[in-house]
Amino acid sequence: MTVPPNLSQRGRRWFEALTGIPSGPRAGESARDADLDAARVGVIEGTPRSVLMADAALGGEVARFIAVVADVNNRFPRARGGEVGLDEACALARCVRDAIAGNRDRARRAIVAIVDVPSQAYGWREELLGIHLACAAAADAYASARLAGHPVIALLVGKAMSGAFLAHGYQANRILALDSPEVMAHAMGRQAAARVTRRNVAELQALGEKIAPMAYDIRSFASLGLLHRLIGGVNADAPGQADVARVQAELLSAIADARAGATDLSVRLASPAARQLRAASIEVRRRLAEQWNAA
Amino acid sequence: MSGDATRDYRRFLSRSSFIEMTARERAHAIVDAGSYRELLGPFDRIKSPWLPLQDIVAQSDDGVVLARGTLDGQPALVAAIESAYQGGSIGEVSGAKIAGALELALGDCQRGRPIWPVLLLETGGVRLQEANLGLAAIAEIHAAIIALRRLVPVVGVIAGAVGCFGGMSMAAALCSRLIVTRQARLGMNGPEVIEQEAGVAELDASDRALIWRLIGGEQRHAVGLADDLVEDDAAAIAVAVRDAFARGSPPVERSAQVERLAARLACIDPERPPDAGSLRLLWNEGAPR
Repeated sequence: MTVPPNLSQRGRRWFEALTGIPSGPRAGESARDADLDAARVGVIEGTPRSVLMADAALGGEVARFIAVVADVNNRFPRARGGEVGLDEACALARCVRDAIAGNRDRARRAIVAIVDVPSQAYGWREELLGIHLACAAAADAYASARLAGHPVIALLVGKAMSGAFLAHGYQANRILALDSPEVMAHAMGRQAAARVTRRNVAELQALGEKIAPMAYDIRSFASLGLLHRLIGGVNADAPGQADVARVQAELLSAIADARAGATDLSVRLASPAARQLRAASIEVRRRLAEQWNAA
Repeated sequence: MSGDATRDYRRFLSRSSFIEMTARERAHAIVDAGSYRELLGPFDRIKSPWLPLQDIVAQSDDGVVLARGTLDGQPALVAAIESAYQGGSIGEVSGAKIAGALELALGDCQRGRPIWPVLLLETGGVRLQEANLGLAAIAEIHAAIIALRRLVPVVGVIAGAVGCFGGMSMAAALCSRLIVTRQARLGMNGPEVIEQEAGVAELDASDRALIWRLIGGEQRHAVGLADDLVEDDAAAIAVAVRDAFARGSPPVERSAQVERLAARLACIDPERPPDAGSLRLLWNEGAPR
């Protein structure tokens, strides 16, 4: 099996770097099945190769790391490039719910979603089989873990797109991102977004430079106040020991912050950046609360 | 005309199309007569701050109608999306209205004052002119439904003609009970977006008959992805909403039935995928729950 070089390997790299577990072939390499299965120790039966899960040491505790990665042999053809498809979304839900079930009597284990997802899977099979429910099951599992007191941290190392991000990462207590040009968050890929809004890609790009929520780059996303931390100065493609240590420290800090905070998502409206660019989100809630009970 | 035909004819004439109503009319039609009270209505003038920057006229309710009222005397909240405005898309303000109202309902439920939440979903998903803020709001809507659902059933309605797509299709899947008509469509990715992203060989968005077979309300109901299939009649939908609350939450919410989902996917061979009809047989387990 050979991985096409155009598929992002960042999710896999960071999963390996943070868990110490080799997970399969790198871009352009081939690998035996045994290598592919290295990361599958302890994985729940039936989990596809496109979902990596491992429990690994993080500071003085054990955290569960979960990533969605490309698998060119994925049984669903529209989910071979690292997309969140039916099997992936279902596996995310199982991996997260397994962490909730396994932790009932102990300290709630942290769950780290390593996010490098280009999109949800676009295909007719996916629609027929209800990918909206599969993605909802994943979001439900992450939110349920958060509500049960697990610190859920999303670490954006590549793309965080649309429904894939909603299923894998957006229900986290805290969202971290590497400050790198290939790290981006958006509601839809550029081509499709251009078609739907009846613009061309260049116009869309120009609007993004003027209107922060329309931009794709992670710094614009950070300006919306949705990130807990934008982590700069880290080699996102080939992390060295110092890079890994730096990210681990940021994860631990985010976990501590999540444990000390509320289990809802209210923190996303509390930052100085949110008070600026999400002022309308805050104003709507303020005035709704005033009108909620009849005078 | 035969007796049956006359009855059908009279029944047809007595119906009032829900699909043809505006969001505000829909919210009125759901709650008990005389109980409607709108929150953040048009005269509060909370508009999208982002659309005018793109030379798009902003509507002063941002396309979401919030109403407090009662259902058979029980305090209720109705959030109705207006599909005639920007395709029912979720922007910062419209999304914050839905999320914020659900958060307030959650607070009331936690203080022992149950509120029955109803979502009238008619949306293409994120408003791309507000992209990341729409997506952020949808994540907050998901979070609020999941938290609220533990205390009170959350009931969703998709009537048509727009249907329910994108991140809001996940919101529909998170509802405790989902009511659809035959004119509803429910899917993650709209047909045009699939054609754009995957090519016309994957899906021909102009093949309307195929699209209805894949994601139409009747099919979704037949395979257990929706709970109730009702006629396009405002009175029938209002009754179905009350019935849904009377039945209460399912023992395990649909989106939490992960092993059932895994089993359903395990019996699919993507090389030889079922069509809509054979999927009904394959997944036919009697009642959805």
